[in-house]
Amino acid sequence: MDKLRLRFEKTGRAVYISHLDLMRTMQRAFSRAGLALKYSEGFNPHPLLSILLPLPVGMGSVCELMDFRLREETDLAVLPERLTAVLPEGIRVTEAYEQKRKSVDLKWLAVEGIFAYDTRDAGQMARELEFFFAQEAISVLRKTKRGMGQSNIRPAIREINFRPEEGQVRLYAVLSAQEPTLNPELLAEALRQLEQALAPDFARFTRLETYDAQMQIYR
Amino acid sequence: MDKRLERILPKVQKPARYVGGEYNQIIKDKSAVELRLAFCFPDTYEIGMSNLGMSILYHVMNSLDFVWCERVFAPWGDMYTEMKKAGLPLYALESGDSLSEFDALAFSVGYEMAYTTVLDMLDMAGLPLRSADRPALPPLVFAGGTAAVNPEPMAPFMDLFVIGEGEEMNNELLCLLRQAKREGWSKRDFLRQAAQIQGVYVPSLYEPVYGADGALLSVQRQEGAPERVTKRIVQDFDAAPYPVKPIVPSTEVVHDRVSLELFRGCVRGCRFCQAGYVYRPIRAKKPETLIRQGIEALKNTGCEDVTLLSLSSSDYRHLGELCDGLLDYCESRSIGLSLPSLRADNFSMELMEKLQKVRKSGLTFAVEGGSQRLRDAINKNVTEEDLLHTCRIAFEGGWNSVKLYYMLGLPTETDEDILGIAEMANQVLHCWRQYARNKNRGVKITISTSCFIPKPHSPFQWEAQVSIEEYLRRVNLLRSAITARNVTYNWHDAETSLIEAVLSRGDRRVADVIEEVWRRGGRLDAWSDYFSFGRWTEAFKVCGLDPAFYANREIPADAVLPWDIIDVGVRKEHLLREREKCYVSQLSPDCRKQCAACGAARLLKEGRCDG
Repeated sequence: MDKLRLRFEKTGRAVYISHLDLMRTMQRAFSRAGLALKYSEGFNPHPLLSILLPLPVGMGSVCELMDFRLREETDLAVLPERLTAVLPEGIRVTEAYEQKRKSVDLKWLAVEGIFAYDTRDAGQMARELEFFFAQEAISVLRKTKRGMGQSNIRPAIREINFRPEEGQVRLYAVLSAQEPTLNPELLAEALRQLEQALAPDFARFTRLETYDAQMQIYR
Repeated sequence: MDKRLERILPKVQKPARYVGGEYNQIIKDKSAVELRLAFCFPDTYEIGMSNLGMSILYHVMNSLDFVWCERVFAPWGDMYTEMKKAGLPLYALESGDSLSEFDALAFSVGYEMAYTTVLDMLDMAGLPLRSADRPALPPLVFAGGTAAVNPEPMAPFMDLFVIGEGEEMNNELLCLLRQAKREGWSKRDFLRQAAQIQGVYVPSLYEPVYGADGALLSVQRQEGAPERVTKRIVQDFDAAPYPVKPIVPSTEVVHDRVSLELFRGCVRGCRFCQAGYVYRPIRAKKPETLIRQGIEALKNTGCEDVTLLSLSSSDYRHLGELCDGLLDYCESRSIGLSLPSLRADNFSMELMEKLQKVRKSGLTFAVEGGSQRLRDAINKNVTEEDLLHTCRIAFEGGWNSVKLYYMLGLPTETDEDILGIAEMANQVLHCWRQYARNKNRGVKITISTSCFIPKPHSPFQWEAQVSIEEYLRRVNLLRSAITARNVTYNWHDAETSLIEAVLSRGDRRVADVIEEVWRRGGRLDAWSDYFSFGRWTEAFKVCGLDPAFYANREIPADAVLPWDIIDVGVRKEHLLREREKCYVSQLSPDCRKQCAACGAARLLKEGRCDG
């Protein structure tokens, strides 16, 4: 069976599993579930697994997508359950299906973030954060393929809003997933570079949903 | 998750090793267990998770439903610094709970260089280092592992030691600890009772007496304490618990594969080798047991590799049958089978072909000595002919990388023996030129030398280690003798070997040095990244002890040894006999040719030594 796609969650302690380690973890989980993955041909065969948008270490997600191929026909309806049963704590497969859409069609990612403020007023922070991210351009010094460079992250933010909570601000944002890729961590990094007074004491993010260019849910 | 921990993790390398949550970890309801045990490995996650003994005992102790045994490893330097900064105490991986909530801390100590890390973990757990400064029970702090065959250097820090194999002993101890906790025993009462369990050594019941020259004169023991502590063994090894559902690390560790233990003990009796003596008597598993356990563990882990463990795998009687059985399962699933410790003398073409079917790796031989005379003296029963014959088969079979391991500073070693190492490398190179199937790929011959360390309970336990200067002179002699471009020479650092020798043969006074090194920032001393020789020499000075007394002195054969209290089965007379044979370069036949009546078999209640 070719062109299969898996949708899974990576939360809790599993957020610290790196992309490379996750590939091996998935490969082993398939093996434990008795599902034979197809391997590449050639001198050094490897299982044909690919994760659409590698997740940074430390970030959670409830909308990860992974393409794979199986050697044998399998009932996709029960596959999520079979895999989840043999995965580490925090990784849960929610869906397995034949993929219809190319990975390049994935354009936007909805993310949730927590900005912790240990001593500052969350209400005030939320208001000022809205103001900060409403600017027309937010130029951040970041690592690019060609070394360090300034880049404007604002066009990659389609939507962003902030809600104050006890000791923290919860944000919801829709960010560009590909071309360009905006790592949500850059939202906090922008504050550290440009507006120290708003820089959170700690930030963490969770991916919520994937969308195409027309903001239709992408699967 | 602890908020402090959550904030630290993004700052450290490979955070996955600090959070637990792996597949097959054991989670219990902490309110439903009576004892919480922190199973501490005094090294990093990557090393500890590669340790089969740790995995076996984790499952053995968790098989008691009133116990929840969790894992604790030593954090790497970056994590250590962040934890200190955040005031985060050491915690266990499964629950994330701080070690202060635990009833017992059990340390698995396989090598002496981990001693400072043991102290550091105690400190990170918020506990006083010395047993005498921890009057309350719980917590109980104890240690086991190979290094415990000479428990004295760590004696003041531990409430007790478990000597030998822990499969049965640990759970007996935990049952007693449960009773003590239920009935509110004092620590002193508990320790007196615990000392009655075979294999348990309670150092506070013994008091060493030293002579004016600094040598150990005698040991005074309190009433009720056994005269000697006899190590425990698993009587029926074939039926011994084996973890068929081991934890699968979610991040890369050193040995990330299924490990099958073929047998315990060794039939060879190399005279420098502690493991060859302290793991006796020889007990093997049946091939069908191993095949069954291997397949089950592969299914439960999804691992891509399985490896066979023992002190000398080619001495396993059913190796062919075992490999065939495993390969039947592995080949169709692209699972690799590897065999780490082969001897050059009975390495067969057939076996090599079998392993080659799946994956081909380099060949490694522990030759140990550079001349036949020296190899005979240390009872390393390998001839140059064997080695070259094996290399020929290997080169014809397409291998092109050979590693040869040697020791420098062995008793009776001469410069001639050392030059013999270089000569042997040339012979191997010549062999390659003659027989290699494909010379275009070149050949890589690696010579590695380490410094001989006299180890307790081995026939060389009385021998002196050569000084650092002398070791380096021998290294340079060999270095200048190796001229071929294809031969690489690596040598092990001499300073670590000196400290390891001191800790191996140390008495109770060495504990002060270990503590002083830790106070000066020593931890993770098994890593060259952290080992500081200067810190150790300073600590010796401060404590008024001379490392040479422990490492570079030949101990009189009739001296009282700090580890005499421990009976590993093999009798001292046997060790002395073997040592005498060294001086006349006389080989001892392996146990299967002729039983040397070493004494270990008396530990077996029934059944016989498989030697």
